[in-house]
Amino acid sequence: MRVIIVGAGQVGESIAADLSDAHDVVIVEQDPDRVEELNYSLDVLAVEGDGTNVSTLDEVDVADADMVIASTDDDETNIVICSTVKAVSDAFTIARVKNTEYLETWRRSTTAFGIDFMVCTYLQAAESIVRVVGLPAARDADLFADGRVEMAEFDVGPGSPLSGQTVAEADTYDSLTFAALVRDEEMLIPTGGTDIQAGDRLVVIGTPRSVRSFAGDVAPEEGVLSGEVVIIGGSEIGYHVARMLSERGISARLIEQDPDRARWLAEKLPDTMVMETDATDIEFLEREHVGDAEVVVAALDSDEKNLLASLLAERVGAERSVAVIDQADYVDLFEAVGIDVGVNPREVVAEEITRFTRDGGAENVALIENGRAEVLEIEITADSPLVGEPIRESIQSLPSDVVIGAITRGGEYVVPRGETVIQSGDHVVLFVDAEHADDVSARL
Amino acid sequence: MSVRVDYRASLSLVGTVLKYLSVPLLLPVVVALAYGETLAPFLPTIAVTFLVGTALERLTPEPDIRAREGFLMVATTWLAVALVGTIPYLIEAHGIPLLVEPIHPESTLGNPANALFESMSGFTTTGATVLGNINVVDHTRGVMIWRQLTQWLGGMGIVVLAVAILPELSVGGAQLMDAEAPGPGIEKLTPKIAETARVLWGAYFVITVVEILLLYGLALAGMAGPNMDAYNAVAHGLTTMPTGGFSPQARSIEAFSAAVQWVIIPFMVIAGTNFALVWQAVAGSPRELLRDTEFRGYLGAMAVLTAILTGLLFTGGFAAGVPQGATFDADYLQQYATTLAGSLEPSLRHALFQAVSIVTTTGYASMDFDTWSAPAQYALLFAMFVGGSAGSTGGSVKVIRWIVVAKVIRRELFTSAHPEAVRPVRLGGNSLDDRAIRGILSFTLFYVTIFFLASFVLFLDAARAGVDFTVLEVISGAASTLGNVGPAFYRLGPMGSYLRFPDSSKLFMVGLMWAGRLEILPLLVCLTPEYWRR
Repeated sequence: MRVIIVGAGQVGESIAADLSDAHDVVIVEQDPDRVEELNYSLDVLAVEGDGTNVSTLDEVDVADADMVIASTDDDETNIVICSTVKAVSDAFTIARVKNTEYLETWRRSTTAFGIDFMVCTYLQAAESIVRVVGLPAARDADLFADGRVEMAEFDVGPGSPLSGQTVAEADTYDSLTFAALVRDEEMLIPTGGTDIQAGDRLVVIGTPRSVRSFAGDVAPEEGVLSGEVVIIGGSEIGYHVARMLSERGISARLIEQDPDRARWLAEKLPDTMVMETDATDIEFLEREHVGDAEVVVAALDSDEKNLLASLLAERVGAERSVAVIDQADYVDLFEAVGIDVGVNPREVVAEEITRFTRDGGAENVALIENGRAEVLEIEITADSPLVGEPIRESIQSLPSDVVIGAITRGGEYVVPRGETVIQSGDHVVLFVDAEHADDVSARL
Repeated sequence: MSVRVDYRASLSLVGTVLKYLSVPLLLPVVVALAYGETLAPFLPTIAVTFLVGTALERLTPEPDIRAREGFLMVATTWLAVALVGTIPYLIEAHGIPLLVEPIHPESTLGNPANALFESMSGFTTTGATVLGNINVVDHTRGVMIWRQLTQWLGGMGIVVLAVAILPELSVGGAQLMDAEAPGPGIEKLTPKIAETARVLWGAYFVITVVEILLLYGLALAGMAGPNMDAYNAVAHGLTTMPTGGFSPQARSIEAFSAAVQWVIIPFMVIAGTNFALVWQAVAGSPRELLRDTEFRGYLGAMAVLTAILTGLLFTGGFAAGVPQGATFDADYLQQYATTLAGSLEPSLRHALFQAVSIVTTTGYASMDFDTWSAPAQYALLFAMFVGGSAGSTGGSVKVIRWIVVAKVIRRELFTSAHPEAVRPVRLGGNSLDDRAIRGILSFTLFYVTIFFLASFVLFLDAARAGVDFTVLEVISGAASTLGNVGPAFYRLGPMGSYLRFPDSSKLFMVGLMWAGRLEILPLLVCLTPEYWRR
């Protein structure tokens, strides 16, 4: 595959490095020094130029490219690059953006801006933080449909209250679907009568809230976060972390210093307690018992402040700290000083784009059991065989190992039942055996 | 002192409104013709209204209405229509010298203060009355239907009606409607304000017609009791939707069957609902109605009040005896005390009817609630301060303001413990900005303050004139006129009247009703020197 990457910052470079072993990678970058550096350090072709100019794109034979990844640090530039590419080429376009509004627009019509796949830095970073914070017991967890649907994999331990129950007994949640059960290397599609045994592994799909409650059923001891989360800094990342946590029913407090931003956050997050103050004020931290928090997430706009805030919070007694770290080089250093987990947004995005490039196709994919099965999110088009009939009927046309785990319609969660009718425009999260994954995703 | 308000522009628009007011005056003319009555009370009224209107209109050829002129225009319009509204009452009592003999010289409305009170009570949809004999024998049917019609015209708002039909108000119209419409701020349903006004009046008209047809249908089916006929169906249709409360029946809705009382209840509920919501519900999204915070609060307030009253009536919550000068006798008290105690339907019906009637500020009564025990009466007094929804025809404080007040109090309690917490006051999905909250808090406080001051003024005036009133009577009278409710307690009760007040008190209450209908500020702002000078 011939891949063109525009913008060779940290993200572009990291993607290039990952893809260069299996693909032909061309980098377009404005900074001549950087171009020279990359030509030596990576097995790629780096070209100097402005990726928004069609002449530059012609120079790198964009018409023959299979994929173009726009990963400059500027949202609008990335959007213009993709639109320009679409005008002169059939290449698959991927854009990285920060502003979630652009992502919203793109989700309305997945051909918007000529972008085939859009990744939002802040959202990805937030999802990654929420995973770390929210479900310590899950072997694996992935969010779909803007974080409204979650897939998680749990081991049923010998002491788990679920062992010995049937699926029907264990499934006490409306908005949770048992997608698969792995026993002795064999993958079963569970029915209500299926017994759950110790040593089994369960794959469930549902609302983040029900998945979290279910984690408590599987492993009451260590399954879920029991205490409170304090988020320091109401940046975009801080906001999305708070939003996703509240969607999971985890109570959080969000501390933001700027009065206008604090007010905006409080309006957007009805279930989160927003406090307007400087989080490095020790007197405040003690008075509001921030030390009682189980996890402190530092999402301020500078790495140094995040380090300071996290250390202060741990000092007053917080158990764990997660910090957003913009400089990739600092991650190890900060973790050595005492921060438990450092999350680098650019690294997360680069991983996401790389993973997507490798998996191809579906909007969002999670691999299960080393690729033996997949959980896919697909936007249903009008000509899909699933549209218009109750699921009970329409599922007959698909292989028997397909499980419809969740549906979102206009941003609302819809519980999939036999009689549910899927509409065009719905997002469907489904579980499918890897054998049929390509076939199924093509037919839907 | 130079005047910075273009009062000519305001008066010119008032003139235009008056000119058009001569059109609805044709309804009593039609009624008078139908019943073979004299047209004397109405033809001169039409002539005077039209001429005064045209004369005022000539003050300025192209009135330019801005915020200040808007306040003045709205405030004077309501006084002007109330003044014009007295003419039929005065002619009925006095006739026209040399031309027309008095028709009913014994009418209490022959006293100009009484006539103005009745007229203002009508247009502001209060429903407090100073009529001595309420029937169509001591008054002509034409005059009695005019009394009903004043409420219907005042209900959705005379200025709103003007905005709907006068093209010259397309720009200043939103300002004017804002000054007149009940509740904080108006909702534009459509991009053009005239279209919004037309939608509101259209919905209002259609629902009124539906109610009239239902009431008449009950009469045809023989289920409405002996007093219901086409005349009464129209008369009550005209005063339910504006949450008015006037009735040509001395016994109000008690004069009709239980079926009629049940039919009127939902119409009072609709009348107290935000018309923008009603329109949206009819236009296709009825779920919005139940999701609306104010509508839920409104229903909740009525439900709680009904539950309390039903419990009280069911367990025999009636007065121990008949006080001197009461509007009921021992037989009446005995009859209700025995039929309601222990039987659910009548207890529920009368509790619900009175609760809805007072909360929506309609002021109908299905029985004389002066017979009720003190706690039940106190609950009704409390209800006078609730009021309908914003954007409805109801008066008083309005549910939405109380909801905001409650939420602000809760926020204050919370932020006392957590000073750094940021807690926007949410209504449904939106949050209110601090300016809007300040406006609502100050209005509510202002309203309560005016209520206390007004009660005090009425006490002093009654003492001066040597008329004895009970405390409950005076404060309920002040609350009832300020909130545009109508009936109060004891001798001011639903079967009584405000006749005993001295004329000076009546004129003061005309001011209360006027201020209450315009939600105080548009009227009061015109009385400040800053308004006129800088």
